[in-house]
Amino acid sequence: MTRKRRRLYLVLFGLTLLGVATALMLNAFSSSLVFFHTPTEVKADSIEKDRRFRLGGLVEDESVKKHTNGLTTSFRITDHDYTVDVIFEGSLPDLFREGQGVVAEGKLDANGVFQASEVLAKHDENYMPPEVADALKKTGQWKGE
Amino acid sequence: MIAEIGHYALMLALVLAIIQGTMPLIGAQAGIDSWVSVARPAALGQLFFVTISFAALTYAFVVSDFTIANVVKNSHSAKPMLYKVSGVWGNHEGSLLLWILILAVFGGAVAAFGSNLPSYLRARVIGVQGLIGVGFLLFILLTSTPFERLPNPPADGQGLNPLLQDPGLAFHPPFLYLGYVGFSMAFSFAIAALLEGRVDPAWARWVRPWTLLAWCFLTIGIALGSWWAYYELGWGGWWFWDPVENASFMPWLLGTALLHSAIVVEKRDTLKAWTILLAILTFSLSLLGTFIVRSGVLTSVHAFATDPERGVFILAFLAVVVGGSLLLFAMRGPALKGGGLFSPISREGALVLNNLLLTTACATVLLGTLYPLFLDAVTGDKVSVGPPFFNATFVPLMVPLLVALAAGPMMAWKRGDLMAAISRLKFAFALAFIVALGTWYVKTGGPVLAIFSMALGTWLIAGAVLEWAGRLKLFAAPLADSWRRLRGLPRAAHGMTLAHIGVGIVIMGITGVEAWTVEAAKVMKPGETISVGEYDLTLMGAKTVKGPNYSALRGTFKVTTEGEPVTILEPETRSYLTSTMETTEAGIRPTLSSDLYVAIGDSDGNGGYATRFYVKPLVHWIWTGSVIMVLGGFVSLSDRRHRVGAPAKRSTRSKLKEATA
Repeated sequence: MTRKRRRLYLVLFGLTLLGVATALMLNAFSSSLVFFHTPTEVKADSIEKDRRFRLGGLVEDESVKKHTNGLTTSFRITDHDYTVDVIFEGSLPDLFREGQGVVAEGKLDANGVFQASEVLAKHDENYMPPEVADALKKTGQWKGE
Repeated sequence: MIAEIGHYALMLALVLAIIQGTMPLIGAQAGIDSWVSVARPAALGQLFFVTISFAALTYAFVVSDFTIANVVKNSHSAKPMLYKVSGVWGNHEGSLLLWILILAVFGGAVAAFGSNLPSYLRARVIGVQGLIGVGFLLFILLTSTPFERLPNPPADGQGLNPLLQDPGLAFHPPFLYLGYVGFSMAFSFAIAALLEGRVDPAWARWVRPWTLLAWCFLTIGIALGSWWAYYELGWGGWWFWDPVENASFMPWLLGTALLHSAIVVEKRDTLKAWTILLAILTFSLSLLGTFIVRSGVLTSVHAFATDPERGVFILAFLAVVVGGSLLLFAMRGPALKGGGLFSPISREGALVLNNLLLTTACATVLLGTLYPLFLDAVTGDKVSVGPPFFNATFVPLMVPLLVALAAGPMMAWKRGDLMAAISRLKFAFALAFIVALGTWYVKTGGPVLAIFSMALGTWLIAGAVLEWAGRLKLFAAPLADSWRRLRGLPRAAHGMTLAHIGVGIVIMGITGVEAWTVEAAKVMKPGETISVGEYDLTLMGAKTVKGPNYSALRGTFKVTTEGEPVTILEPETRSYLTSTMETTEAGIRPTLSSDLYVAIGDSDGNGGYATRFYVKPLVHWIWTGSVIMVLGGFVSLSDRRHRVGAPAKRSTRSKLKEATA
């Protein structure tokens, strides 16, 4: 095998691999992309049923309630124009509290309640998820710099 | 005073870095020997001043000098000494200073121990290292100096982020940075080689130990981070495919590829241009990782508050480094002549396969990580790419790599014999099959993929052991003969075997925890019991305990299996004095087969505590396997052939041998 042939084979093999990877990625993108929405967008009813998405905003003041089983928490996420009811079963991240920015991942149920399967943790009390900051800027509620 | 010395030392370091980054490079290009000889003193001088600066900041943290803004924001007088010291790099400015220190240490190491490198190559390596230093020193001096004084110093500090007050995370950043910055050595060598227009086996012998060292540190760093997330975040996850994690994983993937392709350059004098490209890309991804973590452009579960201005600086620097080095590569790369030919079925072929698969896998991770940024810029849609994406792309690409991994080392250079390798692997195949059957029997079915992965892990371990045994001719030759071979086998061979066994163990650990974790959650009152699998968990009581700078709710749980006591677990929820934030300390009992994991939450007001109890099979194998991989790396590094300065010594020794023979 000459040097040129070898290089050709290598390049062909590399391209095949890239092709396979691209196919895998396109396939995965169509099913596993998780979009981010604000409460306003949720109210606008533009969201596919049964599609997982991330809901972001502020945890509304005085909305957090622990259920009697001690594990389920319900609260409301707001962007000050609209609010969405959220139910989450599991341990909340250590920095979860009222009035703070939050991002939850899950689905809307038939009653329009957001069933969160995950509430994203943060490692810093001053941290605001960039999407939430953007969303708040959009509705004119942003108080940061 | 100390802080001003630290700040001033940084400026002096910048001046020296500028000299280090210009004179030796120009000198080597123009053939001015006196300029070339500036490289060593400049690099050592830069190291000296950066060390002074770092020591000054450390001193300020240790004595809690609250006239310095950075100390106020990140320290507190009641903090244990370990976290006062780790507070130095537990913030943006300090971690940047650590970056620079490590960079200077690597540059200084070449200056101090590189005496047997050709002087022009050495000058160029040190010069490129100096240029990277200039970028980061400018960054820290212009945007993020850690030595800023406060006009009205407060009486006490605000404390370090409680999540960072943990032994695992205290050492996570230094190791991660040793890895990231360690790849700058491979990068500097690559650029120097492009400037020289020459890559030869001696060059690869120089690059390999540095790459291996960086790879070992990065592996430790990633493993520490994952272990920390596992016990500190309270829900027992160990990897989330989060942007910040991917940021450290991508350089690891390419670094692993680089490690393997450098072997081909050293042994067979081929794949040169590719290896150079890999070295450039690996370090570029390290810079990208720094950018992702420090800029906060991507939503991450590990996100810290960040400053976008700083992100712009790193992005510009990244563009210069990547753009400049790729341009140089495009100009000089084609001149690098490839060496020996090889058939596709050969050691070279196997290593090429390794490289292609690792690079492709890294590309999928890169795309998945950056896609949200890309989509936001183009359409304004906000998306996140989570574990399902990576499971559907990364994992299928890893499977062929791992299947081939057992056979690769059995191939001969140039032309290998696949059938012979397969026949040697019969035993590994049989063992993998038995493990698959055993898993299927014990777990009564279970996901097919999980059973396959268990078999795959076994295949890797058995394959590595068989390859090793084959070199010793174990059981094929008299034991005394095998013993002699064992002693004669280069350490690098043992290292490779260990590292590959480690990979197999990690695979099995991942499979176990992902496929067969069982859990229960309940609000428990003292005396109550919950059961998971064969284990019963009883809450004995809960009380408040005081730590040095926190108070904690500590639950005491008894774990029994069929009435026999197993262990006592004491998870805590800690509230820190200086922060509104609480942290979870899980109670974990590792056993060979599974971890028992308990996390306790807040009281419900009626004497009950939200409790989560997990049984996580094999999860500890993930970190055990990582440790074995790193051990393999270090054993390999201890090989005389990899030791810095080895090539020259070995050649004189073999000459001596020839002379005496």
